[in-house]
Amino acid sequence: MFFQQLINGIALGSTYALIALGYTMVYGIITLINFAHGEIYMVGAFVGLFATAILKVNFFIAMLIAMLVCVLLGVLVERIAYRPLRKSSRLSALISAIGVSIFLSTLAQMLFGANAKGYPEGVFPVKQITIGSAEISTLQLLIIAISATLMIALEFIVHKTKIGKAMRATSEDYNTAALMGINVNMVISFTFALGSALAAAGGVLVGLLFNAVSFNMGLMAGLKAFAAAVLGGIGSIPGAMLGGLLLGVTEVGGVALGFSSYRDAIAFAILVLVLLVKPTGLLGRKIQKKV
Amino acid sequence: MGDFLQMLLGYINPYYLQIIVNIGIGIILALGLNVVTGLTGQLSLGHAAFMSIGAFTSAVLTIKFGMPFSINLILTGFITAGVAALIGLPILRLTGDYLAICTLGFAEIVKVVFLNLDITNRALGLTVPAPNTTIPIAVVVWIVVILTIVCVSFIHSSRFGRALMAVRGDEIAAEAMGINVTLYKVQSFALGAFIAGVGGGLYAHFMGYINPSDFGFLKSVDILSMVVLGGLGSITGSVIGATILSAAPEFLRFMASYRMLVYGGLLVGMMIFRPNGLMGGISFTGLVLRALGRKPHLKTIMEQKSSETSRSDNGDT
Repeated sequence: MFFQQLINGIALGSTYALIALGYTMVYGIITLINFAHGEIYMVGAFVGLFATAILKVNFFIAMLIAMLVCVLLGVLVERIAYRPLRKSSRLSALISAIGVSIFLSTLAQMLFGANAKGYPEGVFPVKQITIGSAEISTLQLLIIAISATLMIALEFIVHKTKIGKAMRATSEDYNTAALMGINVNMVISFTFALGSALAAAGGVLVGLLFNAVSFNMGLMAGLKAFAAAVLGGIGSIPGAMLGGLLLGVTEVGGVALGFSSYRDAIAFAILVLVLLVKPTGLLGRKIQKKV
Repeated sequence: MGDFLQMLLGYINPYYLQIIVNIGIGIILALGLNVVTGLTGQLSLGHAAFMSIGAFTSAVLTIKFGMPFSINLILTGFITAGVAALIGLPILRLTGDYLAICTLGFAEIVKVVFLNLDITNRALGLTVPAPNTTIPIAVVVWIVVILTIVCVSFIHSSRFGRALMAVRGDEIAAEAMGINVTLYKVQSFALGAFIAGVGGGLYAHFMGYINPSDFGFLKSVDILSMVVLGGLGSITGSVIGATILSAAPEFLRFMASYRMLVYGGLLVGMMIFRPNGLMGGISFTGLVLRALGRKPHLKTIMEQKSSETSRSDNGDT
């Protein structure tokens, strides 16, 4: 029972982590809470759905298509709605992000209708594997495997490549990085691209897991992923992964214990409690206050 | 008196009356949030939670106790402010975005709790009877709007208001000047919640039906957009922002399903063209005084300043 719920929680949590990474990376670089990120995840889920249902492509190719489309969308959103506001107050950029979020979810509602849609059957053959007392579906294993692969790839990009070095430098100090000859605009676009690709992958995986894709799925998932990012310490990449897994496991655990009608509150209750004890999240850096 | 007002209101098209009252409630809520976010600089993404607490408290007070509406509203305000102070004491230690996500989390928790309580009728929502006052509620709303504007204006220029602005400017510097930062933050939070609670009570009685889901994240965002669009910290700005954003969805109604699409685009566009809000950096009283010729025009001030600086430059050399 416990093992079963743990696996369920990790599968759900790794999708939260995928979305949370986008929040945390963007925040780390331009300290913007990108509220449109949840909608990018939603668009990813829809693109994956259409790729499998209409183009009849393989599941993995559908995921790649979704990631590609979302990379373009994410970079476009940054160019149109955030770049003109980079020098103005952070709240203005926040409102702009909310505007984009409303725009995208309404657009999705108009284009795809208000009803939830499911992935066509047989996109990914689901088998149940019994390990001890727990039943694990191949879908859950796939979700965990893909999330882990993507996160390792992200760690590689951030720590071993030149552009990753530039990202870290920009997040350390925006102006100094620019003085050192780093093309800051390019780095920011790249960050949005990476985050959006991860969100799209998360969208396709969640779409498969719950077999439901709807225009308003981005809002709650986005808020929870943001909560996960803050829980781990916003701006910290391992923190986002940890926060996502933690939220997923506690949420599934809470539902299993019979608090299913409080499902959406569990994640936020954990968040508030943790922040009261550790005000900058689990792995967040201590903020040095200066006058 | 009540009958006379009722008769006067009868001349207004009910649809327009509803828009006017919605604008009034929007102004009240925006002014409340403006105290917290605009004046004290604490970003709150959960202001709708206080509106929700106010709406349900006042609805329950009317349904269970049949309390007179004026006492009901005041009591609602105090209860909401009490809840805000209780919540504020621990979470206002957090700063910046950590505080923002905490208020957001708190709002989600309030929503889910109300969805599960019997007294709030769970997910079905409450039907609120008409308030037992002689004055029509539309008039009450606008009386409260005017009262709120007056109170908030007084606060802006009071010792309390200046302390809040000092906290916004720099917490450590304010603390060094002898301002009890936590106390002032909690007070401003409670004050903002008081106003939101009263606004929620008015909303509940005007609408006649409330549901916990009405006060979700999007409602908080709505209120925040009003404040930011108008210009942070500006009372006139909050009033204008609330008026535009409460009326916009109605005036965009002819576009049917494109409505929210345009609304989203509008938010982005307005922020890009006026990043500090419509009234950001503009003082309304200054404008009025200038128009009356009681205060020198901006241009003359600039000229004076530049001549002063050039004089001091000469002095240095």
